[in-house]
Amino acid sequence: MKNETQSDRRKFILSMARGAGITALSGFIWSAYVDEVTASQLLLRPPGAIKEEDFLKTCIKCGLCVEACPYNTLLLAKPGDNKPLGTPYFIPRDIPCYMCPDIPCVPVCPTGALNEPSVTTKGKLDINIADMGLAVIDRETCIAFWGIQCDACYRACPILGHAITVEYHKNERTGKHAYLTPVVHADACTGCGLCEKACVTEKASIFILPREVAMGKAGNYYIKGWDKEDEKRLKDASEIKTTTEISKGTAIDSLNSGIGGLDK
Amino acid sequence: MSLSRREFLKSSAAASAAAAIGMSVPVELEAAAAEAEGDWRWDKAACRFCGTGCGIMMATKNGKIVAVKGDPAAPVNRGLNCIKGYFNAKIMYGADRLTQPLLRVDANGNFNKQGKFAPVSWERAFDEMEKNIKKALKSGGPEAVGVFASGQYTIMEGYTALKMMKGGFRSNAIDPNARHCMASAVVGFYQTFGVDEPSGCYDDIELTDTIVAWGSNMAEMHPILWSRVTDRKLSDPERVKVISIQTYTHRTSDLADIEIIFSPNTDLALWNYIAREIVYRDEAEKTIDWDFVKKHMIFTAGPVNIGYGMRRSDEKSIKEGKYTALEMEIISKEMKTTVSQKEGPALEPFGYKAGDTMTHIPGHLGHWEISFEDYKKSLAPYTLDYTAKIVKGDPDESIEDFKKKLQALADLYIEKGRKVVSFWTMGMNQHTRGTWVNTLSYNVHFLLNKQAKPGDGAFSLTGQPSACGTAREVGTFCHRLPADMMVENPAHRKITENKWMVPEGTINPIGVQHIMKIHRDIEDGLIKFAWVNVCNPYQDTASAHHWIKAAREMDNFIVTSDGYPGISAKVSDLILPSAMIYEKWGGYGNAERRTQLWRQQVLPVGDAMSDTWQWVELSKRFTVKDVWGGYAPSGPRKEALPSMIEKAKAMGYNENTTMFEILFANDIAKSYKLDQNDPIQKGYDNSEGYGDSRKVVGSDGKVFEGYGFFIQKYLFEEYAAFTRGHGHDLAPFDMYHKVRGLKWPVVDGKETQWRFNAKYDPYAAKETKETGNSHAFYGTLAKALKSGSLTGMNKDSEQKPLKNKAKIFARPYMDPPEMPDANYDTWLCTGRVLEHWHSGTMTMRVPELYRAVPEALCYMHPKDAEAKDLKQGGLCWVESRRGKVKARVETRGRNRPPRGLVFVPWFDEKVFINKVCLDATCPMSKQTDFKKCAVKIYKA
Repeated sequence: MKNETQSDRRKFILSMARGAGITALSGFIWSAYVDEVTASQLLLRPPGAIKEEDFLKTCIKCGLCVEACPYNTLLLAKPGDNKPLGTPYFIPRDIPCYMCPDIPCVPVCPTGALNEPSVTTKGKLDINIADMGLAVIDRETCIAFWGIQCDACYRACPILGHAITVEYHKNERTGKHAYLTPVVHADACTGCGLCEKACVTEKASIFILPREVAMGKAGNYYIKGWDKEDEKRLKDASEIKTTTEISKGTAIDSLNSGIGGLDK
Repeated sequence: MSLSRREFLKSSAAASAAAAIGMSVPVELEAAAAEAEGDWRWDKAACRFCGTGCGIMMATKNGKIVAVKGDPAAPVNRGLNCIKGYFNAKIMYGADRLTQPLLRVDANGNFNKQGKFAPVSWERAFDEMEKNIKKALKSGGPEAVGVFASGQYTIMEGYTALKMMKGGFRSNAIDPNARHCMASAVVGFYQTFGVDEPSGCYDDIELTDTIVAWGSNMAEMHPILWSRVTDRKLSDPERVKVISIQTYTHRTSDLADIEIIFSPNTDLALWNYIAREIVYRDEAEKTIDWDFVKKHMIFTAGPVNIGYGMRRSDEKSIKEGKYTALEMEIISKEMKTTVSQKEGPALEPFGYKAGDTMTHIPGHLGHWEISFEDYKKSLAPYTLDYTAKIVKGDPDESIEDFKKKLQALADLYIEKGRKVVSFWTMGMNQHTRGTWVNTLSYNVHFLLNKQAKPGDGAFSLTGQPSACGTAREVGTFCHRLPADMMVENPAHRKITENKWMVPEGTINPIGVQHIMKIHRDIEDGLIKFAWVNVCNPYQDTASAHHWIKAAREMDNFIVTSDGYPGISAKVSDLILPSAMIYEKWGGYGNAERRTQLWRQQVLPVGDAMSDTWQWVELSKRFTVKDVWGGYAPSGPRKEALPSMIEKAKAMGYNENTTMFEILFANDIAKSYKLDQNDPIQKGYDNSEGYGDSRKVVGSDGKVFEGYGFFIQKYLFEEYAAFTRGHGHDLAPFDMYHKVRGLKWPVVDGKETQWRFNAKYDPYAAKETKETGNSHAFYGTLAKALKSGSLTGMNKDSEQKPLKNKAKIFARPYMDPPEMPDANYDTWLCTGRVLEHWHSGTMTMRVPELYRAVPEALCYMHPKDAEAKDLKQGGLCWVESRRGKVKARVETRGRNRPPRGLVFVPWFDEKVFINKVCLDATCPMSKQTDFKKCAVKIYKA
């Protein structure tokens, strides 16, 4: 009974979202649509989603992934959501991705917007390599950094010990307790959001951002001398040419441009 | 999951090398306990939750608690909390808080057991209770009136309930939920030391070199203590070793140098293996501290055929067929078992071999002295081969690796100069040989002289905030009286009766209606009235459907006092709204003997009143002639209870004197004055003393205007008087309002860190003045024994006194009564999670904690799930011979069972796992084994 209701609810949302997708093309809502596209860089997509730019072009807003999700995690953007209409996304604080090992939302995608090979290892679906986003910790509000014995995020993590570990430090103030603080490992975190859901602060102090938003990038021109693994980055290293404000011109031009008052 | 040693060293190196020892609380934080800032007020209190006993400060604004902080001056936690403690400010303000008495009624407002709950006045509520208690007393005497008591009672509440039950109703059918959590530890203490409660304290953590967690997920259940263990490890990562000995991998193994996964119940064999190493290596390596052992120890044994604490074939409900054939498959083992191949070798020194029939007698506490040679013989079977074979709990681990771990474990215990603390919680207490395994832990520590010394000792961690302070010290057990006195001891009864100013002979000498017996007596129709206080027995008891059925379908009257509508409230006939922790003056005692008191911070919600008030109001309804007449034999009591009415008259009471006047509003009580100039009371509410601005209409239909005296202080001081001068000494009431708790015995204003140690414990110092011994184990219970061998007592032997000695027990490995078989192929272990407190009545109402862990999961090994065609996140049935529940399968995350075992937490009333569990108990302690029964798991 309950399942039927949920399925009905999804169908209702689907038809609304699809309809809105079409009407959205008429002039009046067009500007809103553009705004929603720009907002999309903060959206969390289902597992296996291809790059956001390509995803928006490839996703036909059919809603099959939403229907396949057994936890009602996935939503379809409706008008006013300020998100690209009809596309699937999820809000981990409400319902995170529970990381089903059989990833029911991906194989049903008819267009490859959710790309099965990207969540497949040795011919088998593998949710642990999904990349929906990355957990980020606000160390100011995370109460574990105050010394509170929390770790709710760590215990909620389906791949705890890999995606989130606990670091130990002495609490010099009390002299006899330790801080047990969470650390997210970007190479293992899938962005499922179970940690964000579990976080006990009023607004979550650990939350999921799309990986491009959450992460910086170190250049490939420096390799950690102490880490053999890091050499992998060399394959993307390429010819280096640099320009700064003072090196814009050629050496000759620079030399002939005067000595800039140094002789005065 | 576990942190590799390399990573650990890395993170500890990052921490400062300076190991701060001693207090480092900044002066400005050591402010007065109560201070007014702006429009809020801070005052000190104790955390509502576990037995760790963290100190907190409550902020009150406009009569409501608005915030909490850890108390920086509290020695246990120094300003920190775990996430349950973090939410203390929110636990009293759930939307469905009970605010008025509720009675099941029919359309006309008359009581009807099948009726719906409707609000009634306090007066009506007490009318119904009075009527039903009188009916029960008439039908079955005092034994027909039962109370489900609590390790979460404040000290004053527990004392009030105890006094009214034992001194008023003459009933010993009062027993706490603490029976389920540490009764085996208690009997272990009594048997070993002759007196209850630990020798050491939490300071051992900072002083030890080795922390061994036996059947204890300290990381989740005692997080603040765990952070102290972690700090200790960080302080000296090379020297300090942490060993985690469990039946499945959980967070406590994260920090461990060695993790030992053992097969359920075989901790008995593991302890005996360590003892065997000590004893059998003594000749070559001088492992035993013979000087200590000869001065302080004797060796003892008792019967092994003591059953498993289940019902026996002659009990009424068994004879009436209330148990199914499937249930009887296990219950029949209470009378008779066949010695298995697994337990055969361990039982050989005790006169049994595999294949023998063992006829069980009802469990009792009897034991006798044996020779060291006999003790040594009892250890012979625990060779490395036999031990490893039966103990190894992970079928995927190699036996050779496992053996190396066992040897390393024994070596750490034995290593000269290495200090060792053994901690345990429910794993060793919830155990059909729980008393045994507790005593086995002391054996190892005693042989090595590593007990009751700074940094050395076996230490039982308690689960509840006042399991020690109230349940044990006040004595809200069926067999106990305050301060380690026993109802079966005529001298103890007399001391208590005199203190209580009740006639000598009032207290019922038969105290055997423990918490499982209360449930069973309700099912048998003996108990007709039961009152639930500060606990949730209809959720927290194994074989749950029997007790719910008995409560709902039989002729009885069940009352629940609570803050929220849990399963027990739903099962009841009458519900009373209770004031919650900070809505009343109170006190708790933690696991390290630390007593902490607090003031009433706010007025209770709605018409809620404290359990103390409820008991005292009830006492107004009963006069001398109502309760102190004679009673014919009933239930467990085979002799009549004589009438006390004439003796009462001789004491100046008359037939119509109420229990209120005698027990609670006597002249001594009235001498404790309410006084707003008293710095302790100044500016604080006292709803029992003065009444309060809510103008609650009380038990007589009139606005309750207060008792007019400081009843909480009276109750505390009267109780504390029992403790003083007997090695249990509590400080004065006022003192506890000035300090952050004190560890008893408090002698000359000084607390005691290590009991029985002459250097630290003034009672031990006194006893050793002449001998110059290092220790005196001065407990007095069972301190004269006859002698015998492993197979029995020599009845004709002389009873030898054992003053100041402790005992080392010969006790074998035995199987639990239910083990996995072809039909029920999996072990079920139940327990808790950090986010939720017990049955979740409070924490499931804190939105953040509910969000973090909204439901109980069935944790299992991924290969088991695959073999049973179960999907991660999918639903499964967990089914035993007694019942089944549906739960979601979890093959990842915080708990990682080996193949063949599942773990299901019990906090979630929607995943009512106690319908599945077996109500087998340790036959000596009567504590239920919630850690093991056999189930089958299949797709739902």
